[in-house]
Amino acid sequence: MVDALENDIRATLADRLPVEFVRTNWNRELELHTTRAALPALMLLLRDTPALDFAQLMDVCGVDWPQRAERFDVVYNLLSLTRNERVRVIVTTDEREPVASVSLLWPTATWFEREAWDMYGITFAGLADLRRILTDYGFEGHPLRKDFPLTGFSEVRYDAEAGRVVYEPVKLTQDFRNFDFLSPWEAMTTLPGDEKVHLNRIEGPEKGSETP
Amino acid sequence: MSVTTTVLGEGPGDGAGEFRRTVQMDSHTINFGPQHPAAHGVLRLILEMKGEVVERADPHIGLLHRGTEKLIEHKSYLQANPYFDRLDYVSPMCMEHSFVLAQERLMNIEDQVPPRARWIRTMFAEITRILNHLLNVTTYALDCGAITPALWGFEQREHLLEMYEMTGGSHYHVNYFRAGGVSRDIPAELPEKILRWAAQFPAFLDELEGLLTENRIFKQRTVDVGVMTAEQAMAWGFSGPNLRASGVAWDLRKSQPYEMYSEVDFEIPVGRHGDCYDRYLIRMQEMRQSLRIIEQCLLKMPTGPVKMLDSKISPPKRSEMKRSMEALIHHFKLYTEGYHVPAGQTYTVTEAPKGEFGVFLVSDGTYRPYRCKIRAPGFAHLQAMEALSKGHMLADAVAIIGSLDIVFGEIDR
Repeated sequence: MVDALENDIRATLADRLPVEFVRTNWNRELELHTTRAALPALMLLLRDTPALDFAQLMDVCGVDWPQRAERFDVVYNLLSLTRNERVRVIVTTDEREPVASVSLLWPTATWFEREAWDMYGITFAGLADLRRILTDYGFEGHPLRKDFPLTGFSEVRYDAEAGRVVYEPVKLTQDFRNFDFLSPWEAMTTLPGDEKVHLNRIEGPEKGSETP
Repeated sequence: MSVTTTVLGEGPGDGAGEFRRTVQMDSHTINFGPQHPAAHGVLRLILEMKGEVVERADPHIGLLHRGTEKLIEHKSYLQANPYFDRLDYVSPMCMEHSFVLAQERLMNIEDQVPPRARWIRTMFAEITRILNHLLNVTTYALDCGAITPALWGFEQREHLLEMYEMTGGSHYHVNYFRAGGVSRDIPAELPEKILRWAAQFPAFLDELEGLLTENRIFKQRTVDVGVMTAEQAMAWGFSGPNLRASGVAWDLRKSQPYEMYSEVDFEIPVGRHGDCYDRYLIRMQEMRQSLRIIEQCLLKMPTGPVKMLDSKISPPKRSEMKRSMEALIHHFKLYTEGYHVPAGQTYTVTEAPKGEFGVFLVSDGTYRPYRCKIRAPGFAHLQAMEALSKGHMLADAVAIIGSLDIVFGEIDR
């Protein structure tokens, strides 16, 4: 099923656009990695080629990979009702470079792109309405970035004296505890005579970048 | 509500004896909600009105934003599961379903899930669909001025919630579906209880339809209000009953079957007009189809285990832990570190009662999700509010919100 889809997309594109085909999830899902410049043309082709007919944009979201040069992925999940297939388009960007908005192709993209802006600070060129959507009025920062702390920066409470809700910096009565269970038995300091455990240890994946 | 009007000119009109007055009316904005019973939660809707007619509708969402996606990134897969119950809190198990399936796909263990577990999940997904539609249809009637359906419907809902409680121990937040199966077997007396309930439910649906379907007032409020054509519905990312009401025969249970949906016999009701009334009719019909599925599930459900036997993913039995050291270690590892999901990404969807509920799960190979994007159907539906309500009266906006089946738990996340 994925093979037929990949062949059809390759035939449509005919090497005109820089697209890298990636299979994920045990060869069951197809991803198209492309560049920001090629995104609008690719989306238009995917939507309007009768053989492909990806008429529905189901989801747009960001993913943050802070260690990369272009830290954000923008992920578009498309659905074709006639083919009964899905495809995922991924472009990368950073905090400054805008991604072309697809809201003119699919009006539904507007809110999803607003959410990506709100959560990650990804900007979209050509989006008429780049307001925050989920966070509070006047919120600062982009909460789903990996360097944004889970506790946030400000908290609200009702101040009886002022007679209104007030915003204050977060005060934790106890330090934020980030339990890393990746190696629960090896978390202790080295015991005398036990150094070889650490020498032979297989390195775990990169730890999250939460600030404590 | 007063409108400032300025008279610009007066004089005779074109026809004989006609008097024409040109006036200018100031459009004004109404703040609808967030504390409004018809806002179905915490919707703040800025309506720009021209007299009684809606010019612009700008929904402000996020008042129930709890940062679910951020929290999930800091929890193990097992700990992340309960957050899904709290998304669409009127159909909790269907929310868990997508997340559980996404994990199973990434771990490639779908074929190891025992059949009984899959039948149980299918059955509860359909019970949940009835739960959801009962709430939506009856409160929708309430929005349109009928109180009785809500009083009747909630009694039926209570029976279903009792089944939730018997099985998962809680009315709503059951945390019942798990990667690799379900958390425990259904109680022995449950099938009989469901069958007894199912025997009387069609009569209730008939009564409910008798109250609403041909009701003159209800039809006046809903027929030809908030029309979405099939093309518009696709462009706005509609799914589920709202898409089918516009005449698109698309249901993930049929077209991309998951769990046991390929083995049960049911039909997909499809509307024609795409108005509020059709959306209501679709939900009524879907409840009857769900009932069929539930009965078939009970009939076809085999006996056997309800979670996969691999103790690296599903916890061992307590009795085993008393005797086996290995089982004890597995239990401890599972509830501290959790299980590791191989690196990869998946967009896994299920047909939730409101539409396509998708989970875009990115795993980096550790015990925690790297990214978990929740694609809520209501998010896309609510966005079309302006397209749907433009040119309608204020009271129709209420009817439209109700017909879209909006729940803020899943929209705001």
